[in-house]
Amino acid sequence: MTVEVDTAPQFSAFAHPERLVSGDWLEAHLGTPGLVVVESDEDVLLYETGHIEGAVKIDWHTDLNDPVERDYIDGAAFAKLVGAKGISRDSTVVIYGDKNNWWAAYALWVFTLFGHEDVRLLDGGRAKWEADGRAYTTAEPEITPVDYPVVERNDAAIRAFKEDVIAHLGNPLIDVRSPEEYSGERTHMPAYPEEGALRGGHIPSAQSVPWARAVAEDGTFKSVPELDAIYREGAGLKDGDNIVAYCRIGERSSHTWFVLTHLLGFEGVRNYDGSWTEWGSAVRVPIAKGTEPGAVPAK
Amino acid sequence: MTTEDSGAELPEQLAQIREDFLALAVRERLQLLLEFSNELPELPERYLDHPDLLERVEECQSPVFIFVEVDDASIVHLYATAPKEAPTTRGFASILAQGLAGLTAEQVLAVPDDYPNTIGLTEAVSPLRIRGMTALLGRTKRQVREKLVA
Repeated sequence: MTVEVDTAPQFSAFAHPERLVSGDWLEAHLGTPGLVVVESDEDVLLYETGHIEGAVKIDWHTDLNDPVERDYIDGAAFAKLVGAKGISRDSTVVIYGDKNNWWAAYALWVFTLFGHEDVRLLDGGRAKWEADGRAYTTAEPEITPVDYPVVERNDAAIRAFKEDVIAHLGNPLIDVRSPEEYSGERTHMPAYPEEGALRGGHIPSAQSVPWARAVAEDGTFKSVPELDAIYREGAGLKDGDNIVAYCRIGERSSHTWFVLTHLLGFEGVRNYDGSWTEWGSAVRVPIAKGTEPGAVPAK
Repeated sequence: MTTEDSGAELPEQLAQIREDFLALAVRERLQLLLEFSNELPELPERYLDHPDLLERVEECQSPVFIFVEVDDASIVHLYATAPKEAPTTRGFASILAQGLAGLTAEQVLAVPDDYPNTIGLTEAVSPLRIRGMTALLGRTKRQVREKLVA
């Protein structure tokens, strides 16, 4: 059972307005049968300090990543995880989190790998919810576990691996990291040295569009004209393009994946979650240094 | 990696903190970390006016700043501040501030560098995140060394 979409006017110009809900909508729909609210943060304790009433927590490190291999959990583990959170295959899932929904978008992308149909973001995430003076609780939600079917992950549509990126060269690539990471001055993000790589720079021909440019001052997504100026005029993306976005470990680029896919309506956008921590440490892959994209490498 | 057998060498408060965490189920360890987070004291006023004296711990995913004093009796005082949006980092800093309280410079320098990996939090918060606490301890010790030669 799907919960009605948010028809707020600020979403109507987006390609898939049904992928966003506002604070007003969420507040009015809390407790609606079929709706499960999920908090997904960078900080693993933030949920415990207070969360939206009834929201369950899903953590990117301890829940969504396979504990051994560098991969996401499989269909059986996903079914167990979300079923225990009271999420059914037909639930409407609304995800929100800290840092402009950075990790919330990542969780949404992982839900999409498993083909969960109705998964949305709370526009503005925690920051906007708080700025609007809306309530949090520390009360644990009452969860009725349900059976979620075991669905095998379908990586092909929205996930790119290193070999896919090599085959993709010549098509648009979006590097969403900081300018210092793009140019190769840094091999890791400021404040994240543990997620480094052996070489600095970017994948040749990739356009630099730091992910946070898609976000307005208050944490909500920018409007379509503003996003068009960044991604179409700025980065040269055109309808019909096959696009791969990448960052450092694939989380910031899942935010950009959301913007390109659900807000601007590009089809066939893939997130390269191996990203720079793989590419920048791989043997014999082409790398460009400096602020210019550089030429497409000969194959 | 748990180094249970090195417990005897640990200063009492650090050993107690480790014991308290290990006695809990993984899920409950987060609650205890949250308690520590809430207990992180405010900075003394002399540092509120002098943010330049604080050192940013770059290895932490959220902004956290520390300052270490070694007093005339060679006792170490660790001060730390991190925003409320970063409760995990606050918790890490609070564990160290409480665990190192009253220790001499020599005792602080003798704390095993892998102490953060031994208190049962790697499973609860992930190994990647625990590195932030390892970095906090490392920088605290470095500041102590610098104060000793100064």
